Amino acid sequence: MKLPIYLDYHATTPVDPEVFRAMTPYFTEIFGNASSRNHEFGWTAESAVAQGREQVAQLIGASEREIIFTSGATESDNLALIGIAEMYQERGNHLITSSIEHKAILDTCAYLEKKDFTVTYLQPDQTGQISAEAVAAAITPRTILVSIMAANNEVGTINPIAAIGKVCKERGVLFHTDAVQAAGRIPLSVEAMGIDLLSLSAHKIYGPKGIGALYVRRRNPRVRLAPMIHGGGHERGMRSGTLNVPGIVGFGKAAELALRNFETENKGIALLRDRLWNGIREQLDEVYLNGHPTERVSGNLNVSFAYVEGESLMMGMKELAVSSGSACTSASLEPSYVLKNMGVGDDLAHTSIRFGLGRFTTAEEIDFAIKKVVATVRRLRDLSPLYEMAKEGIDLKSIQWTGH
Amino acid sequence: MDRSLRRGKMAYTKKVIDHYENPRNAGSLDKNAPNVGTGMVGAPECGDVMRLQIEIDEKTNTIKDAKFKTFGCGSAIASSSVATEWVKGKTLDEALSIKNTDIVEELSLPPIKIHCSVLAEDAIKAAITDYMEKKKEKKE
Repeated sequence: MKLPIYLDYHATTPVDPEVFRAMTPYFTEIFGNASSRNHEFGWTAESAVAQGREQVAQLIGASEREIIFTSGATESDNLALIGIAEMYQERGNHLITSSIEHKAILDTCAYLEKKDFTVTYLQPDQTGQISAEAVAAAITPRTILVSIMAANNEVGTINPIAAIGKVCKERGVLFHTDAVQAAGRIPLSVEAMGIDLLSLSAHKIYGPKGIGALYVRRRNPRVRLAPMIHGGGHERGMRSGTLNVPGIVGFGKAAELALRNFETENKGIALLRDRLWNGIREQLDEVYLNGHPTERVSGNLNVSFAYVEGESLMMGMKELAVSSGSACTSASLEPSYVLKNMGVGDDLAHTSIRFGLGRFTTAEEIDFAIKKVVATVRRLRDLSPLYEMAKEGIDLKSIQWTGH
Repeated sequence: MDRSLRRGKMAYTKKVIDHYENPRNAGSLDKNAPNVGTGMVGAPECGDVMRLQIEIDEKTNTIKDAKFKTFGCGSAIASSSVATEWVKGKTLDEALSIKNTDIVEELSLPPIKIHCSVLAEDAIKAAITDYMEKKKEKKE
């Protein structure tokens, strides 16, 4: 077993060796520009792109003509929101999203608000879910787009995407979903789920960084977008720029692998995740699961270890690469906005750790992680005045704190 | 890993790591004893709570023992550990003159962690205030 152990698969994933092998010829030997239509080099590159497009489309049950390649999901989210807002502004100026979306959505919404669009931010319930009813209630005659993530990147909660899609269809509003964390982890079908636009990233599904995609529906309805990047009219005019051929080949192969081993892989990862959670809660008191007990992506475990601050916990278990919702780990000095909006108190948000398991996580690694987590939490609780007070039966909420 | 890649925001100095891994004077003193002062500063919602306790030798008016418990990041734990080391053997006046900037220097804290040292200075002051109030009550 190699240390440190990578348990941060939400942040990024290693490129699968099979993906890497598929990509390598496209840097040196097959280097053509996919837009060069009059020679062999261009044709070979174009056919590789076509295959990648087909593979990515299959992952979400789309047609290959509906896939727009981008530099990553941040660009896809920007293009979906700004492109739709600009194209449909005569129909309305209202967008609906949730308060726990990725910053690629929230910061883009803030930008649109400066451009005189109005945005409704739905609050999730305490498990991190947004209901279709809440979406329906927020739709007005001026609403042009609903954007709700398929699965959350911090707590892994899966949203009722099909039900939200249905509401949007009935009310004639376009529906975008950021499916970065959901892809390869839950079944996705743009048809069955009524999705009009969908963002994907290759590096979260064992593909390379720097390549992503936006699915844009072509029929029922035909969705149009104002481009953000101009110059050449690539990707049906929605995203100009020379295509990243090796990236697309890798993305395609990664999508193919995600589908090929879909069930066995996700079952195995979920089993390891449950083993981690059970190992932790059998040995430690006052540990709280953040997110949904069952509607959660396979590799996610988000736990608050009461009375132990997240950054000091990570410092004590540096053999584990995890992340924390503690303020000390963020530049803003604010604890996780996702946990906050789910109603988790700041006191518990500071103690949260996100474990992200993935394709290459082993049982041996999980057993090591359990031991490390339990030992570190115990050591730090011995050092925690809050734990001592709680054990003495003092209600911490009754104390007048001298906060800064 | 390349050395330069390790120098991120989360890099700690050797001294912070040493105090975090081997905290000096971790623990509790009897908060009801007349010669013990307890200072508790910070808030769970802010992610740091420090409790610093001092035991005073009433004949010499010096601090003969000090203990701490801290909920907070590694720098907060290290700052309180340093504070307990420094107050021991000092008179109350000497302890009051410890400045947060001394702790910043000792641990080479980055700007984002300066509030940890402020908290440690506040904890020393709060512990001394608590002891003085106990003494006043006893006289009255």
